[in-house]
Amino acid sequence: MTEQTTTGQPGVLAQILDYANRANPYPLYAKLRETPVFRAPNGSYVVSTYREIWALMHDPRIGVGALGGGAGGEGTGSFIGMDPPTHDRLRRLATSHFEQTEAVRPDMVRTANELIDKMRNKHQIDLVDDFAYPLPVTVICQQLGVPHEDEPRFHPWAEAIITQLDPRPGQESAAAQASAEMNQYMAGLVERYRSEPGAGLLSGLAAEEGLSTQDVVATGRLLLIAGHETTVNLITNGMLTLLRHPDILERLRHEQELAIPLVEELLRYEPPVQINPKYMALDDVDLGDVTIPKGSRIVLVLAAANRDPNRFPDPDRFDPEREDNEHLGFFTGIHYCFGAGLARQEAQVALIELARRLENPRLLQDPPPYRQNPTLRGPRHLPIEIDGVR
Amino acid sequence: MSPANGAFSANGHVVIVGASLAGLRAAEALREGGFRGRLTLVGDEPYEPYDRPPLSKQVLTGRAAPESTALPQVSGLDAEWRLGTPAVGLDLAAKRVRLADGEELGFDRVLIATGTRARPWPNPEEAALDGVITLRGRDDTVRLRDELAAGPRRVLVIGAGFTGSEIASACRGLGLPVTVTERAATPLAGALGGTIGTVAARLQREYGVDLRCGVSVTSLEGDDAGHVRRAHLDDGTTLEIDVAVVALGAQRNTEWLRDSGLGAGPRGVACDAGCRVFDMYGIVTDDIFAAGDVARSPHPLFGFEFLALEHWSNAIEQAEVAAHNMVHGESERRPYLHVPTFWSFQFGVSIKSAGVPPLGEQVIIVQGSADEPRFVALYGRRGRTVAAVTFDQGKWLEFYVNQIERAAPFPPQYRNVAQPESRQVLQAEFPDPALPTEGPMIVRTGHSPTERAWTLMPARGGRR
Repeated sequence: MTEQTTTGQPGVLAQILDYANRANPYPLYAKLRETPVFRAPNGSYVVSTYREIWALMHDPRIGVGALGGGAGGEGTGSFIGMDPPTHDRLRRLATSHFEQTEAVRPDMVRTANELIDKMRNKHQIDLVDDFAYPLPVTVICQQLGVPHEDEPRFHPWAEAIITQLDPRPGQESAAAQASAEMNQYMAGLVERYRSEPGAGLLSGLAAEEGLSTQDVVATGRLLLIAGHETTVNLITNGMLTLLRHPDILERLRHEQELAIPLVEELLRYEPPVQINPKYMALDDVDLGDVTIPKGSRIVLVLAAANRDPNRFPDPDRFDPEREDNEHLGFFTGIHYCFGAGLARQEAQVALIELARRLENPRLLQDPPPYRQNPTLRGPRHLPIEIDGVR
Repeated sequence: MSPANGAFSANGHVVIVGASLAGLRAAEALREGGFRGRLTLVGDEPYEPYDRPPLSKQVLTGRAAPESTALPQVSGLDAEWRLGTPAVGLDLAAKRVRLADGEELGFDRVLIATGTRARPWPNPEEAALDGVITLRGRDDTVRLRDELAAGPRRVLVIGAGFTGSEIASACRGLGLPVTVTERAATPLAGALGGTIGTVAARLQREYGVDLRCGVSVTSLEGDDAGHVRRAHLDDGTTLEIDVAVVALGAQRNTEWLRDSGLGAGPRGVACDAGCRVFDMYGIVTDDIFAAGDVARSPHPLFGFEFLALEHWSNAIEQAEVAAHNMVHGESERRPYLHVPTFWSFQFGVSIKSAGVPPLGEQVIIVQGSADEPRFVALYGRRGRTVAAVTFDQGKWLEFYVNQIERAAPFPPQYRNVAQPESRQVLQAEFPDPALPTEGPMIVRTGHSPTERAWTLMPARGGRR
C-alpha cells in the first residue's frame, strides 16, 4: 500500500489511511465493501465484507507466522504473530496466569472512581488523559505485575511500537529503538521475578518450565501494549458515542445492565482495532470469485465488516439492543482477543461510572482530534465540559 | 401452503411420540412454522424433556443436579402432555396411536421420535443384580451417581464407546479405581476407528484407567444379598468390583411399531430425506414422520446411504426438517442435508466430530499431533473427505465441515497451519459394520428402506 494510487478501490484504501479521514472513515468503508476482495497495487489482498473475513479467520490455510509481529511489534515472537502449535502453547500458558473473571471488577470500579474524584473541581476534562488512558494502564500493570510508577518510561515505547501497525510508511527506526528498550525493561522485571516471585502474570510465567525469558518478555510486552493502547480507544469511543446519543447515556445512568449489550454494540460500531494487516495465505485460497494466491499478504478491514449490511441490518445505526451481534471487534478465530474478558469489563465499568457520576457532560469539540494510527483508531483527546461530579 | 395444508395448520392434530430433545424441538418448530392446531406429546418417562449429554458427565461427578438438566421450553407451546405413558401401537389405516393405558389418540399427522434405550446386559438374572447399571435416562444417572458416591472398591465399565468412556472419565475424576473392557482393539473403535482409537486408549491409561481391549465379560457374579461383586472375563481373569456399568450401545425403540406395517426394525424407522416414513414395502407415507435417534434416512451427502445418527444436533435439526415438512406442501418441502456433528468430553479432552467417520476407509492427521493429543484428523473414502475429528481443536471444525459439504479431495493437498512434517495416510481401522459394536453413534444401515442389512419385524395379523 505504499504506492500512491488515487483511483478505484486502491484509491479508497489510500483515503482510509489518510489522516484527513480519521474522524469518519465509515463512508469510505462502505465504498470498500463494493469490492469484497481486491488486490492492492503492492500485491496484498484487501478484504472488507463480513462473510469473507469470517471464512478467512477460520481457515487453516491462513497464517501469521511467516510475517511475525503483531501488536507486540515485528520479530518479538509473541503469540499474536505465531501460528499453531506454538501459538496455542504460549497462549494457553498465558491464559492460566491471566485473571479476567468478575473478580477483577471491584479494583476496576475503585480505580475508575478515584479518577473521577480527581475531576471534582474541574469544569473541563480531557477524557483520554484524565480517565480513558490511566484506567486500563492501572488495570494491566496490576494484572502483569509491572510497576505502575514506570508508566512514564514505557508509555513512549508503547506509542512508538504501535506505529508498526500503521500501514503507512515511516517511523521504523524509532519503533526498533523503542522495541529494544522495552525488551530490556521487561527482561529486567522477569529476572527479578525469577529470584523473587510476586503477583501477576510475569511472575507466573517466569516460574513456568520450558519458557525462556524471551518468551515471557514477548508475552508480557504484547499484553502490556495491547492491554491499554486498545482499551483506551474503546472507552473513549464509547463516551464519544454516548455523548452523541444523549438519550442512551441517560438510560445507562439508570439501567447499569444496559452496559453489557452497549459495549458489544460499541465494539461493532467503533471497533478499537479497525484493520488487521497481518495475515498471509499459506496456499491458494478461493474466496468468492477471487483466488488469493499462495504467499499473498491479506489485509482484513474489520471495521468495514462490522458495518456490512448483509450481516447487520441498518448497520450505521448505534443500537445497544441489537440482537445477533457477533461483531469482529475482538476478531474471531484463534487470534480472538486474548484480553477480551478484561476489556469488556473495563469498558462496562468505565461507561457505567462516567454516566453515573459526571454531571451534564457536553462535547466541546466534535469531531475530536484523533490519534495518527488508522489501525488502532481513536481520539487523542476528548475535551468534555461538565457541571461537576456526583 | 396448499388449501389442504392450510386447514391442517389451523385445525389439525399432531401427535408426537417421544418427549425428549427431538420431540420437544419438533413441537416448537411446528408452532414457529404456523401450526395452530392441537399438539400432543407422548413420553414414556414421567419427566418433561431434559438434556442427556450432562448425564454421563457433570451429573455423575456431582457438578450438576439431575433436575437441572430440564430443557428450556418456549412459552406458549400450548401442547397436551401424556408423560409416563409409553405408546404401544400405531394403526396406520385408522390413524391412531395406542397408549399403554389403553387410551387411543387419533391424529392427522404423527411424528415418531421414540429414540433409543441402552442395550441391556444379555443375561437377565445378572442384569438384575444391584450395582449393575445401564445409563440412558435421568433415573439411571441418579442410581449410578449414588453407587459411585458409596465409594466402590472398583467400577467396571463394559464397553468403551462414548458413553462408557465418559463414565470411566467421570469415575477417575471422582478418584475411583475403574476397569474398562472393550471387545474391539481400542476404545471408540466403532465411532472413530482403531487408528484414532489408539489415541483414546493412551488417554484412558494416562488417566489411570485399567483398560482391557480385545476381551469380553462372560458373566457377572453377585453376593448373597444380590449385589454384584465379581466379573469374569473371557481371558480367564476375574475382577473384584462393586459396580458394573453396561455401556454396550443403544437399541432403537421401534417394538411398539411391530404391527404397524411401517418400515421399522432394530436399525430404526426408515424415512426419506424429508423425514417421511416408509412402509414395510418401501412406499413412502404422507402423514407419518420420523426424527432423532430412531430415524434412519438416506443422506444425500454420503451416497444416499441410510444412516441412523445418535447425535444431539441431529435430534434438533432433523426435528426441524420434519416439522417444516409436516406443515408445508410438496413444492416447499426441505431435505435433511445436515452434516452430522457430535462432541464428547472425556479425560480432559474435548472431542468433536463432523461428517460420518465410519464411512472413512483412511485417515490422516492434517493439523497438530496425536502425541499431545491436539489434532485434526480427516477421514477419506474413495478420494473424498467424508469426516473430520478433532481432539482439543474444535475451533477449526467449521472449515472442515465446509470441506465435507463440498466433497473435497482426500488426502488434502493444501498447506495449512500446524501441518505435521509428514502427512501419512493411515487405514482408519473400523470394525466390520456388520458386527455389532459398543457405540458407533452413526449406524450405517444400507442403501434402501427394505435392504436386508437389517431385519424387518414381521407384521402379525396379515395387514396389507
